[in-house]
Amino acid sequence: MLSAEQSCWFVRKVIFWRAVASIAWAVLLLPPITAVFVIISRFSLLHPIQAVSECLSFLTSASAIFSFILLCGVIIMVGFLNLEYYTVIPTIACSKIALLGQLLHPRQFVNSLGHCIMGIIVAWCCAITVGGRYETIADPCAQGDGSPQMCLNEYHLILLLAGAFVGFSHSLLGVIYNMNYVSFHTVQQYKYLRFKGSLSLVLKCSATQALYSVRNYIVVYFFLGYIPKAWICKTLNLHLNSSVHPLDSIAGLLDLSLLYHLWISASFLLFTWHLTLLLFRVFVTEVYSFPVQSSFTEDAHQCLPTVLTDKQPMILKFLALLDLALLSQHSPSRRSEVFSLSQPGGHPHNWNAISKECLSLLADLTQRLIAYHDTVATNGRAKSLSTGSERKTSSESSVTSGTEDLMSPRPTLLMKTPASVFARSIVGCPQSPLTAPFTPDLDSPFASPALRRLTAPMDQCSPWFGTVQSPHIMRRVPKLWSTSTDSQVNGSPLASPASVPSPKQEPSKPSLLAQFLQNRKEQLPEASSQALFADSQAHIWALEGLSYLVQSSFSEDQFGVVQTALPSILSCMLGLQEAVDRHFKLPHASSKPVRSASSMGDSTHKTLRFALRATLKTSIYRITTTFGNHLNAVKMSAEHRKRLQQFLEYKE
Amino acid sequence: MCSLALFPPPLPSGQTTLCESNNELLRCAVLLEQMSCSYIYQLMSFYINSPLSCAVVVPKWLSVSSGCTLALLRWFSSFHGSLFPHLTVTIHLIIRCFDMLAEFSQVLNWSDCVVRAFAWHPHTDKFAVALLDDSIKIYNPKSATTPTLKHRLQRSVAAVQWKPLCATALAVACQNCLLVWHVDPCSLSTRPSSGCAQVLSHPGHSPITSIAWSPSGSLLVSASPMDTAMMVWDVASESGVPLQRVGGGGVTFLSWSPDGSHVLASTPSALFRVWETRMWTCERWPCVKGRCQSGCWSPDGSRLLFTVQGETVIYALTFTDTPGSQAAAVVADLSETTFNTPDGDIIVGGEIQSLAWDPTGERLAVLLKGDPQAADRPAIIAVFKTRTNPIFELLPCGFVQGEPGTEPRLMQFHPNFQHGALLTVCWSSGRITHMPFYFLSAGVPHFGLSGSPSLPRPQERPADFAKQSLFTELMS
Repeated sequence: MLSAEQSCWFVRKVIFWRAVASIAWAVLLLPPITAVFVIISRFSLLHPIQAVSECLSFLTSASAIFSFILLCGVIIMVGFLNLEYYTVIPTIACSKIALLGQLLHPRQFVNSLGHCIMGIIVAWCCAITVGGRYETIADPCAQGDGSPQMCLNEYHLILLLAGAFVGFSHSLLGVIYNMNYVSFHTVQQYKYLRFKGSLSLVLKCSATQALYSVRNYIVVYFFLGYIPKAWICKTLNLHLNSSVHPLDSIAGLLDLSLLYHLWISASFLLFTWHLTLLLFRVFVTEVYSFPVQSSFTEDAHQCLPTVLTDKQPMILKFLALLDLALLSQHSPSRRSEVFSLSQPGGHPHNWNAISKECLSLLADLTQRLIAYHDTVATNGRAKSLSTGSERKTSSESSVTSGTEDLMSPRPTLLMKTPASVFARSIVGCPQSPLTAPFTPDLDSPFASPALRRLTAPMDQCSPWFGTVQSPHIMRRVPKLWSTSTDSQVNGSPLASPASVPSPKQEPSKPSLLAQFLQNRKEQLPEASSQALFADSQAHIWALEGLSYLVQSSFSEDQFGVVQTALPSILSCMLGLQEAVDRHFKLPHASSKPVRSASSMGDSTHKTLRFALRATLKTSIYRITTTFGNHLNAVKMSAEHRKRLQQFLEYKE
Repeated sequence: MCSLALFPPPLPSGQTTLCESNNELLRCAVLLEQMSCSYIYQLMSFYINSPLSCAVVVPKWLSVSSGCTLALLRWFSSFHGSLFPHLTVTIHLIIRCFDMLAEFSQVLNWSDCVVRAFAWHPHTDKFAVALLDDSIKIYNPKSATTPTLKHRLQRSVAAVQWKPLCATALAVACQNCLLVWHVDPCSLSTRPSSGCAQVLSHPGHSPITSIAWSPSGSLLVSASPMDTAMMVWDVASESGVPLQRVGGGGVTFLSWSPDGSHVLASTPSALFRVWETRMWTCERWPCVKGRCQSGCWSPDGSRLLFTVQGETVIYALTFTDTPGSQAAAVVADLSETTFNTPDGDIIVGGEIQSLAWDPTGERLAVLLKGDPQAADRPAIIAVFKTRTNPIFELLPCGFVQGEPGTEPRLMQFHPNFQHGALLTVCWSSGRITHMPFYFLSAGVPHFGLSGSPSLPRPQERPADFAKQSLFTELMS
């Protein structure tokens, strides 16, 4: 399933090595962190010198070295999972059902299981490190009749289970807070400085998250602790020591030293993992400078104009757009390459490719916004949410159907709308139209058969794929299940937006479960707006890149290659501006998200729409201030001219 | 090197500077509002009347009461310090915040100044004025309404600045946070609600004494003398990145170079930094004597002029692509000079409060602190002509003086004045005056449309541009 990605030179040559470097740094940082952890966990105020000497002797012992090797293995594993699960487009669950679907997805299950096991391993290392009563799972104890036998050491067990619990909750929180989402910073800094700047935040996050996890764990253990205890005793043939308090009691859990050790171990676990994640983010989002043009044809696929048009992997497209935004802003020599003409023929291939790709990105977003707005405006579902009174009737939807779904096929490659965390698992078939952000995850156990049937067209192997269907049939699916326009497959201009259900199922009504799901669907109104702009970082860079290039073309473009594209650039931006303005008039679209102060999850995606709106305005202003009244000579529609006049007069 | 001794003597009492024309400063003996607007570009014809009225009323009670409160707090803290040490800390903090704002603000005597901050819009003829009562007014000659911005967090405004490449956004540096107002220029409302303001705050980052927008309008930096980190904000997404370096202890003054490549950040100690904005690395510049008080950039961003507290000279630093050790050169000496006027001797010179360089790079205005206690040492604005070819030098132009009894507090050049430079000065009386300097630009490369230097008359400029069309071929 990864064949499409592995074949990409960029993943092989750049992303992979960046991930390896980040893992190597994480492993290198492990010894000092472990040393600090040993000191903190063993330190005692009463005998400081003795504690320090004990720590030193422990650090050189064989068991410490063994557990250290285990920890290294865990870090490498975590780094690998980061590489496997990362995404540059966040998955935004539009409803609680969708979120639940994500949490129960098989791929997520594997992830959680992996984290559980790694949590147990780390906790075992912690138990060895803390030593004392935590060290072994079985203790010799004397029963009532005086015969020695092996009893279960519950302190050891509680620590191991805590590791599993923290690992599991870490993996769940990762889905909820989009921890696998890698965001790009507006402020470019060197890797070391970025790492240093985020270090304190990571420490704080780990400590607080460990605190909450341990609190939850204790509650769980209090109620359910007897189950693993009995199971372990049975499997390992151990006895319960009746002479000590059981730990799943209030008295047993009110042991401050135990709580402290649980917390410090959980913090250590989370800190090492978060640190690996931070290093991965820092390394993978580093700017990569693509050559604008190459004199060798075999390198042509690595040049910026070619790379920009690639659809997969997304990270490549994002880094290419970032590079475009930076070169248009900072480097005159590379800009001149963009404006240059091809040697035989004299065509501005570089500029044409770049501008075409950026414009198609922006046009895609415009279409998406218009379609969303139409959906909301026509079938009134957004309203029914807030008021709860209106319900969409099928007659309404059939009346208002037809227009947006029959939208003419767009000429260029469109970036897919974000699918799911698991997007990478369905990338395999390049033909498959990817799920729109609002479609529930089909692989999730929550997708009922009816649901599957309705969204079945995603399956490109269906015999009906690609055949022209009546608009009446095609209408229903996007109406019911997606609030955004659907992605378009490249090279199949006749294919209508993704969904083409088989006619056999057309008369069948959605099942009760599906209706129930639909009603639960848009519980998070702001989320649909967020999902619409989930990949807007790309649009922001496209806007910046275009506007800076146009600005510098005023003085640097010798052959006037930019001039010819100016009308289309302006009309594209103004059209987008109109669509964005309309979108922000919708309820919930302009409400600010609550800021989560301390979490490793990146909440940048929640504010991307505001960033896009600001960048869009700035970009148009950048062009209007540079060209001023010359723009009156540019041909455009009367409506756009009116809007442009507003910009020229600084009234927007 | 230029010194004040080369300047024409200050005007006798009762005369005010009007404008520069034909290479000399014109003056008049009458009050400004009685002047006909014959020379004055129609933009300057509006004087602010409303802040004047409040200017007379507000400072009387507000400055007295705030002074009393401060004195009371100081007395209280000294008296009760031993009893309640924890209280002392907070009270000291309050006092320190206020003193700090006064100390590090670019405004002369910030604490009792009626106009606490002033900002021209970078593209259009409108400006924002922050007043002593912490309200902000926006004046626009094309609109009848003057919106007044008030917010409960808007206290002790130290600086305001409009976002470049945007018509609406105004950043305000307040005591505890940073506010970004979005004021719709087409709106008829005179009191925009506080919902129009974004609040940006970061723990430990207060009071904010200086802000600077990037010229591309994408980022905003803010500085606080209490915070060693300088914050770089992405305003739209309300996220900030702290940039921290060892040494200096706080950041007091920020200035973004017009080409966007560098940011000057001065610290309360004898050290300032120049950040490069691509990867956000910085150069350290230790000063010998005191902290960097003020600085300004040449229009192309290649030259930085700055002044150091305790010294009476202006230094220049040149930034080229080739890095290497260099030292700041002294370009002007503003040590005290005595002028004989009909009213007696006047001593001009001394420490410098702030610098302002006009956007064409031809005029440099220097606000000299003077001595408020001594009558013969007034605060005054000295204006230099600047020349970059063959070598960089400052030439004397003249002193700018206001009505008798008033002293300049704050000054700023209009960002795109067509006929030369336009200096806006806020006086201690609460009056704001605009002072045009008419000259023809000597061919400094300009940004944007003002690229053709040798136009016969500024008035004919729009006509010229109308004739020549940039687009020879139109797309069908």
